[in-house]
Amino acid sequence: MSGGLSSASFPKNAHAALANPPLLKAIAHIEETLVSGRRRAVDALPEFEALRDAGRDIKAHTLAHLDLYLEAFEKKVVEAGGFVHWAADAAEASRIVLDICQAAGARRVTKGKSMITEEVGLNAFLEANGITPVETDLGEYIIQLRGETPSHIIAPAVHVNKEQVAADFRRVHTKLDPLRNLEEPTSLLAEARGVLRERFLTADVGITGANFLVAETGSTVIVTNEGNGDLTQILPKTHIVLASIEKVVPTLEDVATIMRLLARSATGQEMSVYTTLSTGPRRAGDPDGPEAFHVVLLDNGRSAMLGTEFEDMLRCIRCGACINHCPVYRSVGGHAYGSVYPGPMGSVLTPSLQGLEKAAHLANASTLCGRCESVCPMRIPLPKMLRHWREKEFERHLTPKKARFGLAAWRFLAARPRLYGAVTRMAAWSLARLAGKDGALKQLPLASGWTRWRDLPAPEGGTFRTEWAKRGRK
Amino acid sequence: MMSSRDAILGRIRRSLGTSEKDAPRLAAVRHRLAETPVNVVPARGQLPDAERVELFIRKAGEVFATVARLGSRDDIPAAVSEYLRDRNLPQAIRRGADARLANLPWEREAQLAVTVGPSAGQDLAGLSHADAGVAETGTVVLTSGADNPTTLNFLPDHHIVVVDTSTVTGDYETVWAGLRRRFGAGTMPRTVNLVTGPSRSADIEETLLLGAHGPRSLHILVVG
Repeated sequence: MSGGLSSASFPKNAHAALANPPLLKAIAHIEETLVSGRRRAVDALPEFEALRDAGRDIKAHTLAHLDLYLEAFEKKVVEAGGFVHWAADAAEASRIVLDICQAAGARRVTKGKSMITEEVGLNAFLEANGITPVETDLGEYIIQLRGETPSHIIAPAVHVNKEQVAADFRRVHTKLDPLRNLEEPTSLLAEARGVLRERFLTADVGITGANFLVAETGSTVIVTNEGNGDLTQILPKTHIVLASIEKVVPTLEDVATIMRLLARSATGQEMSVYTTLSTGPRRAGDPDGPEAFHVVLLDNGRSAMLGTEFEDMLRCIRCGACINHCPVYRSVGGHAYGSVYPGPMGSVLTPSLQGLEKAAHLANASTLCGRCESVCPMRIPLPKMLRHWREKEFERHLTPKKARFGLAAWRFLAARPRLYGAVTRMAAWSLARLAGKDGALKQLPLASGWTRWRDLPAPEGGTFRTEWAKRGRK
Repeated sequence: MMSSRDAILGRIRRSLGTSEKDAPRLAAVRHRLAETPVNVVPARGQLPDAERVELFIRKAGEVFATVARLGSRDDIPAAVSEYLRDRNLPQAIRRGADARLANLPWEREAQLAVTVGPSAGQDLAGLSHADAGVAETGTVVLTSGADNPTTLNFLPDHHIVVVDTSTVTGDYETVWAGLRRRFGAGTMPRTVNLVTGPSRSADIEETLLLGAHGPRSLHILVVG
């Protein structure tokens, strides 16, 4: 990955993020834009909760018949004149895309926004093989210019402010008037539109992801607001769709149901601007559209999640609601996670894709407050799955020594109720004495992580158990 | 060596503890694909004709499309000309060969230059005929074909779309049913575009701006 981040360094990354005021200011906006937007859209649709149930049921049914729906989808794509390729892992997917590009004699490819291409590291691979990928979603374009990775799955450049964008545009768009005014977001957007328009019209291959694959018709579906995904897929001679296997749904009716959940959960829109269904290459007589249509189906660890405690994660539609509502994400932003997918959904998915050793500790970047599950349109039990990863991390002895020692000590005490009572009474008494009249501790051995930022309130009475016992007598 | 296709399908079946010959599973999939059951449809769009068209117009306005109501198809050329004049645009429009647009009294607008065919990116304004409007969200539905270039929906700065009131549905499900009637079950035109308002982006500081890569404005002519 070009960002040079690693999910192994969450604590370090998080500290860096907390000392980065422009970043904190940027992510603070999420409350008044995405979070309140979702609230308004959900409140305006009485059927929203029923749609969540229906969405969950569609995905659960599809996953239980995933092999059959993928075969049905493949058959319909081929009937429509398209090609289907199967990729077991990231390397194979990248290789397949490169082969198609090379066979088409491609030098420059345009790309619609696709998290799957981020997951497989497609841009770096194409560049290493002499093909120039051009990101066309405004946010993706900005981070590509900056050599960064997305910090959010639907708002990839949410961490960048407009002054930084202006500086990047001046650095890269050197043919334009150096004295031009780039103070306002509108002038930045207009400039990107002009520069990318030429890229769209001259690209050899267009690569998009897919929000849905429709088994009934062999259609791939993209959902965008800018229209960049459509210009990517209708103008070049070849259109490649890279999608993971769990994107398949049975029918158009199922697309309609999940569509009603997707934009509302993601941005608070009732419907994104462009929802486009593509089926095969252009037909005889069609005046435009691609001449070749390829779908690359990526597994990359997903088939192994079926039948496990992480199967529910395959219902995810990548709306980002869990991320927008996560107090940890909202404190440190997406890059701190060091993974392609940040926030609660990323912390659950990443260990499945990258392995427990590399990423299970991400499950600790959560307060288990449950907001993610309460807003998930697919009703994915994210906190439960985060706990599963924590258990697995502990079982595999991947937890830091200090934490294991603490847990072992607690376990020793908790298994001995009398001793537990004596020790906690003693601790409460000592803490109260240490705190004195203030009732708060400014420093405490072994708890500097807490007391460096705020005081620790000292216990005011007895322990929970003694208080409970007193109440019981009343 | 086993192909990745067989390896992936094999892994899925092992994880699910099943085989490709499991009759109840095959039957369940066949049934769902053939019957295409409807899930939850919001009550919002389930309205009598006139109110449904009203909702469509209101919803389209909420997403910053502009709407003009026309009494008859023959009013379309004048409405196009007026739109261009009001925005100080050249009197030029590109459209598809669609008979619903071809058989109009274009000669009444002597100043208006009408060209036909796909866009190569030089057109300021494009005209398309929608297959349907969806009242639920103010969405227009456009299908590609020999007479309906998809490039017209995305390259011009201004996109004018004709919607016949008789095609305004309450929900997407009714649109799917129409596509199945027209193209056959399980068959689709190359491109189906559901368009809800003009192009937009909020990628710079989460500020909503219209006119990202697609049309900067969407103007809907509701006929009938």
